[in-house]
Amino acid sequence: MARVHYREIEGGSGGYYALLGALAALIFAGLVAAWTMEHEGHYVTGMSNRIVWGTPHVFAVFLIVAASGALNVASIASVFGRDLYKPLARLSGLLAVTLLAGGLAVLVLDLGRPDRLIVAMTHYNFKSIFAWNIFLYTGFFAVVGVYMWTLFERRLNLYSKGVGLVALLWRLVLTTGTGSIFGFLVAREPYDSALLAPLFIVMSFSFGLAIFVLVLMAACGWTGRALGEVVLKRLRELLGVFVATVLYFVAVHHLTNLYIARQHDLERFFLWEGGVYPALFWFGQVLIGGLLPLLLLFGTASRRALAAAALCVILGGLAQLYVLIIGGQAYPQRIFPDKEVSSSFFDGVVAAYAPSLPEVALGAGGVALALALTAVALKVLPFLPRSLADGDVGGSTA
Amino acid sequence: MNPHRRQLLGWGAAAAGAALAPGLRLIELAQARSPQEAASKLQRWGLLIDITKCTDCDVCVTACHEENGVSGHGRPATDAQWIRKVSLRDKRTGYAQTLPLMCQHCEDPPCVDVCPTGASFRRDDGIVLVDKHTCIGCRYCVMACPYGARSVVHEAVSGQKAGVPRGKGTVESCTLCVHRVDRGQTPACVEACNRDGGKAMAFGDLNDPAAEIHRRLKSEPSSQVRADLALNTGVRYQGL
Ligand code: SF4
Ligand code: SF4
Repeated sequence: MARVHYREIEGGSGGYYALLGALAALIFAGLVAAWTMEHEGHYVTGMSNRIVWGTPHVFAVFLIVAASGALNVASIASVFGRDLYKPLARLSGLLAVTLLAGGLAVLVLDLGRPDRLIVAMTHYNFKSIFAWNIFLYTGFFAVVGVYMWTLFERRLNLYSKGVGLVALLWRLVLTTGTGSIFGFLVAREPYDSALLAPLFIVMSFSFGLAIFVLVLMAACGWTGRALGEVVLKRLRELLGVFVATVLYFVAVHHLTNLYIARQHDLERFFLWEGGVYPALFWFGQVLIGGLLPLLLLFGTASRRALAAAALCVILGGLAQLYVLIIGGQAYPQRIFPDKEVSSSFFDGVVAAYAPSLPEVALGAGGVALALALTAVALKVLPFLPRSLADGDVGGSTA
Repeated sequence: MNPHRRQLLGWGAAAAGAALAPGLRLIELAQARSPQEAASKLQRWGLLIDITKCTDCDVCVTACHEENGVSGHGRPATDAQWIRKVSLRDKRTGYAQTLPLMCQHCEDPPCVDVCPTGASFRRDDGIVLVDKHTCIGCRYCVMACPYGARSVVHEAVSGQKAGVPRGKGTVESCTLCVHRVDRGQTPACVEACNRDGGKAMAFGDLNDPAAEIHRRLKSEPSSQVRADLALNTGVRYQGL
């Protein structure tokens, strides 16, 4: 295989600065939103005492889950020795770090007391999966950092397999940890499923690869680098498999619930009667996030279709997390089984929620932060190969 | 014993009580822990609520929010509620009941387990509290509580009471009136219920064989809400 040549992107064009400017504006809007929420209190959002995790959590969890999945391409290259993916490994690692940074920024700025971040860093309750996640997230930065170093430094290349394996295992644990945030909530039926952890892992593969594909296509397209069919075909097939796997897990999840009599009310709510949640499930998650991408990925070989499929996966993923996180809280907690319940505190009723502007701005700001960090990093260090044309990549053996 | 006689005896006891009260109060104060003293594992504070006596009133709610300076902003979805009246109706029989619901002061509290900073904690005497200085407002405890007992302080608070710290951006719930309990008093809801309400609530040390609550739990049927979760709540109900 020919040596891969990497080079920084020029980053001097008007388009580059326009992109950075637009992202900076979104980040600024996110910061203003966070400041407003902190200054006024969370009552200015759509959140309430019943929906305590709102749209910011949807974005934050999406980014964190996608961060772990974005590392897939690098893992396939280093750990499983697939040459075709090797030229893509650096970008894969970069996205893992920037997406996680964006997600964590949203999570922290949505706290009731973001000014107390230092408390979170100095007081640990080791029984809390949240506290463990703080270690998993910071550790992930460190592990991926070292891993990137072994990819960049030729002398260290031989360690990239070992370190890549550590990074692979680390991110599997990280995603399990993120899924467990919900899995540990014993008293909320919608999260009462052993399938949540594996579901989060396959979701991470799918969302992370979708973002990777879009960023790769944009970066190559805008900098005039060749991106051959060989690479695209691989990514297309891989994404298709991941999307299908997510659909499969979602189907199994609902089918097992339908089998359990005490979960029937729950299923009726999420699949049929729950208003916006079944709508988001069928149209957002299943149709736009699942079936449509499958059609686009396996039906045609066009680049546009691949990009559109990746975009659909992202939108479907956001819908899926919205249903899971917000729908899971909207569904009334069953405190008194067999009783109709009512109170001034909205017991027994579906909790109302509508995303507010500050929440959406904060979430979008996190996405913008991840993309801006990526754009800047591409200019500063040689993450992208000079060419991914068919003749320049790992060849047909991969 | 016929009701009339019971009432007479009751009055007699009340009169004797009134005469003895100042002295008893002194003993009570002498026995009460000073605020500096650590809470003791020997005790387990709890409530026993007989909902057959609980009527459509809400004096417990008013008393609690008055005592703890919990005032609303006219926004029901985000205003804090430390205690609420819940109406129940059996889905099959239609039998209707009402009861006060607040933090159940679980022995194995999910809120404490999930709290990343340890701000949610359980005192040795069973009272579950939030340390207002270390709560970062992540709201994970609200997600974890099976009883919907916790509120997020959604906006700036005013009219705070001494000894009951509150703060925007943090989470709070029933403290079992820990500031009163530490002075040897009963929680405000219990006091109000027994004064102006249906006399449905009793407070005491679940571990103390001499306490009325201990005796009643030993000799009368009672239940925990969501007993299936095995949290061993400090708040028990009768007639549920
Ligand atoms: S009732 Fe809720 S807030 Fe109270 S101790 Fe139990 S889990 Fe914690
Ligand atoms: S909101 Fe506060 S008390 Fe609740 S889990 Fe978070 S840090 Fe702990």
